[in-house]
Amino acid sequence: MTSDKIIVVKNLVKTFKDFRAVDDISFDVQGGSIFGFLGPNGAGKTTTIKMLTTTLPPTSGTILLDGNDPQKAPLVARRSFGIVFQDPSLDGDMTARENMKLHAVMYGVPHAEHPARIEAALKFVGLWDRRESFAKTFSGGMKRRLEIARALLHTPRILFLDEPTLGLDPQTRNHIWEYIQTLVRERNMTVFFTTHYMDEADRVADEIAIIDGGRIITRGSPAALKQNAGAASLEEAFISLTGHAIRDEQASAKDRMRVMGRLWGKT
Amino acid sequence: MSIIYILWLRQLKRYVRSRARIFASLAQPLLFLFAMGFGFGPTYARAGNGNYIEFLAPGIVAMAILFTAMFSGIEILWDRQFGFLKEMLVAPVPRIYIVLGRTLGGATVAVIQGLIVFTVCTIAGFRIQNYALIPVAAAFMFLIAMLFTAIGTIVGSLIEDMQAFPLIMNFLVMPMFFFSGAIFPVGNLTGLLHVILRLNPLTYGVDGLRGALSHGFAFGMAPDLLLLGIAAFSLLAIGTYFFSRIQV
Repeated sequence: MTSDKIIVVKNLVKTFKDFRAVDDISFDVQGGSIFGFLGPNGAGKTTTIKMLTTTLPPTSGTILLDGNDPQKAPLVARRSFGIVFQDPSLDGDMTARENMKLHAVMYGVPHAEHPARIEAALKFVGLWDRRESFAKTFSGGMKRRLEIARALLHTPRILFLDEPTLGLDPQTRNHIWEYIQTLVRERNMTVFFTTHYMDEADRVADEIAIIDGGRIITRGSPAALKQNAGAASLEEAFISLTGHAIRDEQASAKDRMRVMGRLWGKT
Repeated sequence: MSIIYILWLRQLKRYVRSRARIFASLAQPLLFLFAMGFGFGPTYARAGNGNYIEFLAPGIVAMAILFTAMFSGIEILWDRQFGFLKEMLVAPVPRIYIVLGRTLGGATVAVIQGLIVFTVCTIAGFRIQNYALIPVAAAFMFLIAMLFTAIGTIVGSLIEDMQAFPLIMNFLVMPMFFFSGAIFPVGNLTGLLHVILRLNPLTYGVDGLRGALSHGFAFGMAPDLLLLGIAAFSLLAIGTYFFSRIQV
């Protein structure tokens, strides 16, 4: 019965001291679909993704990724997904090919298959010609494409994308969604993504969940969400559901590091 | 195994590719060697202790190793900032492999840096007394490198940004260097200074290196190896523990 549900989340809770960042959410994602996870800043999106991708232990509740519990068997669960993080996660002092190679080794891809798989993945995102360039010389869009190529190397069944098109121009955004839709079509992959671009979510997602204040406030296809909210666009529906207030987020240690990094001339 | 190897190789490639860093981290030990070695040399000789460069050189080699190793460990902070840490932490790999690969890579880099400084010491007049003890000297160099890469790993796992870094340097690394006997003889010391020296694992590294290269062991080769080895592997275990608790 649950065989076609590739991600199953039940009563998931995450509290930080007395703050409930994720407050008892349950949902499931159909295998081979594109699932959009939307919400204002600070709503609990990234916390949820972190729990799904084994980097943050839940306070309570259960998660199943392709049948594996990331809490009980993190190493098995990690093999089942690829992830493109919200922030870059490349080693800039390594070439594109070396970044791919590191990933292939860490994910236990058989050595004999490395050259062919790396070539195929880099060609898929159009970076094969730049394979010997250092990742730090890439533009934002190229870095994203490289990260997507890297996430595909171990042929995961699920791909997590945390704001994959943030800060990219419309051309690159369209390209990236084309790659992703091709993957879903041709490899029957499941894509779980977050974004703030409502038009993108509307266009590509099969199903959307909107989270706010740590709770899922609505779920359904983009068309159903618009219809229920009586809105012409998904953005209108989103705002009518989550309100007009602007959410604040605290500056993280990482933001401070960026400043230090610039002072040290490490960018 | 291949995971440890690829992360070891990564540290080496990063080292070779950052030539500015190589030169920058050579400057400090060489400054010590020349300023102190030639500055204190005559006084040291008049006190009847012989050639100060001969005494100082192993301490300076240890210094080059400890700073390079410390920085390699603390590179976790750069990996955190530039995001590659996340890629490593979600990989389906036990964290101990990641720590081992990074530590061995960082230690290898530190030993190379130590060998460069050793070469310069030789040019400055240092002479090896007993060539048969070179493998022993190599073992001490490697253990010092492991010790400080492990300390760097602990620090890099516990702090989140570079703001705490000067504190660590001034209250941990510099005292460990100065109270190790790297720049003065430990034989005649008494009281608190003696206790501090005996509690500092680097003391045994410096003594071992000096013993193997020139002046004989103040504490004996076997105790030096044993105490330094225990300290290095204990700190590596602690480093692995803290690294495995990192959340991104």
